Amino acid sequence: MTEIRISQTQVLSEAGNPPGQGPANGAQPEASAIRTFLLSRGNSAGADRVFQWLMVLCALTIFGIVALIAMQLVYGSQLSWHKFGFSFFAWPAGFTFASIFKAVLDPNAAQPNYWDPVNGHFSALPFIYGTLVSSFLALLMAVPLAIGVAVFLTEMCPGALRAPLAFITELLAAIPSVIYGLWAVFVLVPLMREQVNPFLNKTLGWTGFFSDDNPTGLGFFSAGVILAIMILPIISSLTREVMLAVPHSQREAVLALGATRWEMIRVGVLRNARIGIVGAIILGLGRALGETMAVTMVIGNSIEIHRSLLSNGNTMASVIANQFSEASDNMHLSALVELGLALFVVTIVVNALAQLLVWAVTRGAPARAS
Amino acid sequence: MGVGIEVTNLNAWYGTNHTLQDINLNIPANHATALIGPSGCGKSTFVRCLNRMHETNPIARVTGTVRIGDLDIYNDCKPVEIRRRVGMVFQRPNPFPTMSIYDNVAAGLKLNGYSNHHVLDEIVERSLKNSALWDEVKDDLKKKSGASLSGGQQQRLCIARALAVDPEVLLMDEPASALDPVSTSKIEDLIFQLKSQYTIVIVTHNMQQAARVAEKTGFFLNGRMVEFDSTHKIFTNPSDKRTEDYITGRFG
Ligand SMILES: Nc1ncnc2c1ncn2[C@@H]1O[C@H](COP(=O)(O)OP(=O)(O)O)[C@@H](O)[C@H]1O
Ligand SMILES: [Mg+2]
Repeated sequence: MTEIRISQTQVLSEAGNPPGQGPANGAQPEASAIRTFLLSRGNSAGADRVFQWLMVLCALTIFGIVALIAMQLVYGSQLSWHKFGFSFFAWPAGFTFASIFKAVLDPNAAQPNYWDPVNGHFSALPFIYGTLVSSFLALLMAVPLAIGVAVFLTEMCPGALRAPLAFITELLAAIPSVIYGLWAVFVLVPLMREQVNPFLNKTLGWTGFFSDDNPTGLGFFSAGVILAIMILPIISSLTREVMLAVPHSQREAVLALGATRWEMIRVGVLRNARIGIVGAIILGLGRALGETMAVTMVIGNSIEIHRSLLSNGNTMASVIANQFSEASDNMHLSALVELGLALFVVTIVVNALAQLLVWAVTRGAPARAS
Repeated sequence: MGVGIEVTNLNAWYGTNHTLQDINLNIPANHATALIGPSGCGKSTFVRCLNRMHETNPIARVTGTVRIGDLDIYNDCKPVEIRRRVGMVFQRPNPFPTMSIYDNVAAGLKLNGYSNHHVLDEIVERSLKNSALWDEVKDDLKKKSGASLSGGQQQRLCIARALAVDPEVLLMDEPASALDPVSTSKIEDLIFQLKSQYTIVIVTHNMQQAARVAEKTGFFLNGRMVEFDSTHKIFTNPSDKRTEDYITGRFG
């Protein structure tokens, strides 16, 4: 719009010059042709308004979709919600916190039947536990690695390698999760079974967190590893972004005080980017919490809570994927939908928080000079 | 106490751009020396060669010798060591926004592992007094962040941060050009007081400022040092025609 208006006035003023004055002289006939053309176009106000409403409609569609999903989840989980209330997210009927704790710690104690479609008892506890544990393990492994990758790419990598490496890291995020799952089943799980799990058991078995009584190689730990690989590119590319947003003057300030390169990175870059890095980590957490396919393929799908991280388990997402197609009973279906609702709320909150933090750091930040 | 700086045949490049050409000069200890010249003539590049900041740019290159005191900074030591002895204040104030005022001042010492709180407290107070900021911030040293101060206060905080490591030389690259007139005159007063204890090199595009604070002035043009003499001589009776043209405002 503005551009057209400017050229219009230019054309008009040039055409208004008396002949023989200034550059308008030779160009005059052409200029008036342009003027006729521009004036003939009208102001297009009608088309503009249509366009505007079209865009508003597109934007509203997004809200509409989110609202429809939320409504469907709330509606579908009514049955389960009315029957179990908050106890759905706590221990099952007939158990106390203490008795569950005992069952978790003691591998020989009877496991409570948390999820019993036959008798219509449902508790989300093992899935909440599985989701938290696998995501936590994933963060534990992915965060240091991702920050290392980001530091290397922004601060240390030779210029020629930087773009290709950044590109490859970002490409990792585009691989469909079922491919990760397949790779995990054929490569990771055997590796865990033959090498990693026995090693963990030998060195850390005394803690009780790594008892090797699971012959499959599946389980929380394998799920954590595959999740770590999947969230690594998300965390590292966002960390890279917030590190790049730290002004160059901050690096110079630290260097001028006699800092080594590592001190410069720690004080001048990471410290200034820390809020954004927390945002990146939370975004990775959001992805890990909701990741379904790959986790379902490697977590072992047992509905129990064990102290050992090498034992089979389930996450909220994986149990939905596993059971939804075969759930015939209304209460069972409703319980699965309620799990979905909980997952939906948690991931939305986590993602919103993460975006907010990253935005707070990168907003209006100048790109790095030099 | 400050030490003198002896620059011999200094050349500097950005890529293929020969930014500094055969610079030779002796900067006296415990005095303020001003560097003037039109923008782009290489003043910043020159001061950045004095603490080896120039080479932090991957395309940069330097040849020649710079002696600070009795240290040949390009041959006798690592960049990190020389930067601990030469403080630098930049054109735009750059305090650390995530640190308190106290931590900003103590940053250089803490970075180098200094942790005696008693001494740190003393040094922070002395540095802030030396940079004429103490009275304005003494009540919220640890409460307020370095970024919460005004621009002029931030620049004095950066000066305090540079002074806290007790440098022998203080390099200032247009330290007042981003500030308002009141803050500018505070910074000038400060330089006036500090120059008996430190060797100060100040880049400025403001000729009155050079005349007010410096004993010696160097005039740069197109990467060369055209004239270096006492400030009085440069401004009243320059020996080079180009210097005269510049100070009388005929170009630049
Ligand atoms: N980071 C840089 N990369 C490439 N060239 C630069 C860089 N900084 C300065 N230069 C060039 O070096 C020359 C001198 O610049 P500078 O020392 O900043 O001048 P001054 O401080 O006197 O204005 C200029 O021609 C400028 O274009
Ligand atoms: Mg400059």
